[in-house]
Amino acid sequence: MASKKEIKEVLFGPIFANNPIALQILGICSALAVTSKMENTLVMCIALTLVTAFSNLFISLIRNHIPSSVRIIVQMTIIASLVIVVDEILRAYAYSIAKELSVFVGLIITNCIVMGRAEAYAMKSPPGLSFLDGIGNGLGYSVVLLTVGFIRELFGSGSLFGYQILSLVSEGGWYQPVGLLVLPPSAFFIIGGFIWVLRTFRKEQVEPKD
Amino acid sequence: MEAYISLFIKAIFVENLALAFFLGMCTFLAVSKKVTTAFGLGVAVIVVLGISVPVNNLVYHNILAPGALAWAGFADADLSFLRFLTFIGVIAALVQILEMTLDKFFPALYNALGIFLPLITVNCAIFGGVAFMVERDYSFSESVVYGIGSGIGWALAIVALAAVREKLKYADVPDGLRGLGITFITVGLIGLGFMSFSGVSL
Repeated sequence: MASKKEIKEVLFGPIFANNPIALQILGICSALAVTSKMENTLVMCIALTLVTAFSNLFISLIRNHIPSSVRIIVQMTIIASLVIVVDEILRAYAYSIAKELSVFVGLIITNCIVMGRAEAYAMKSPPGLSFLDGIGNGLGYSVVLLTVGFIRELFGSGSLFGYQILSLVSEGGWYQPVGLLVLPPSAFFIIGGFIWVLRTFRKEQVEPKD
Repeated sequence: MEAYISLFIKAIFVENLALAFFLGMCTFLAVSKKVTTAFGLGVAVIVVLGISVPVNNLVYHNILAPGALAWAGFADADLSFLRFLTFIGVIAALVQILEMTLDKFFPALYNALGIFLPLITVNCAIFGGVAFMVERDYSFSESVVYGIGSGIGWALAIVALAAVREKLKYADVPDGLRGLGITFITVGLIGLGFMSFSGVSL
């Protein structure tokens, strides 16, 4: 069994020190479009964390039996099967959210975080640690996504999880919503800013001049 | 005919895969440092989307959709839950076949596309295009138009971003923003520009 320190590092390292979105440029693909509402964002984060954790676990379990020439196909099959399970569950128990997330649940398959962690970590580590690594990276992804979702929903439409927090001018309140934040491009500005803040505090992540 | 033209224009500008739906972002940000490589990748994406969307359309409507297996005697079979697995398999196989064909018959093009072809399998723009095709229930001819159109839209976006980034090299960006940060903001600005097309009704 691995030491406590190692477990802690694997689990919490990806949240700030080695964030998959801000540093590894992984998994930005399908994520940004779902951040306009906290509810959708949360569901997406849970789905991705579970898929990453379990795909890491299963791939790590059979890592010594996968011939390296067909490993990508094997990984793809495992990931795709997990995503099908998640998709069917969402359709059964949270149909309206599944409808709003539309193709983005399916896009978890091609999300580079899942693939990247399977390839970079699960192929050479024991199952327990791989599972934690999957959860850690899922959390790192969730932190960025929930931050973006929080800013976009609170300031864009004055609500959180669908509950009105700031009363809007259009309904006789005082808050004039920032229309820009509802539009897709705003997610880029917020993530750009997030990276700026993160790198101001962690100087070692600043990219060298070319 | 008019419907196809409007679908084509819509796929390129209004519903741009990269800028309106954030698809293919990883490669979009990673391979946009030079205009020439961005252009090569863009062409590869057009080719793969142009082929894989119609092919997956045929696969879906003849095998996976509810009741589609009637021709084989299974009128009440519904295999649509297998669609993700099938699509990703079809895309991977297509990319592989395309790679071998190009290598054998068009070595010049193969060398130009180089490493980008295998990368495309995991590019979410391809999978996203296919998923949208199923969700919006396009017919076969519509899916041909949509595949090519959305590919051109993605290529256009990555070439535009690469051109901006080439110029940005001469700018003095704050330390924390250098590289990835400023690229995100640039993409956001280009996205805002593309938003102006959304008012166009066709």
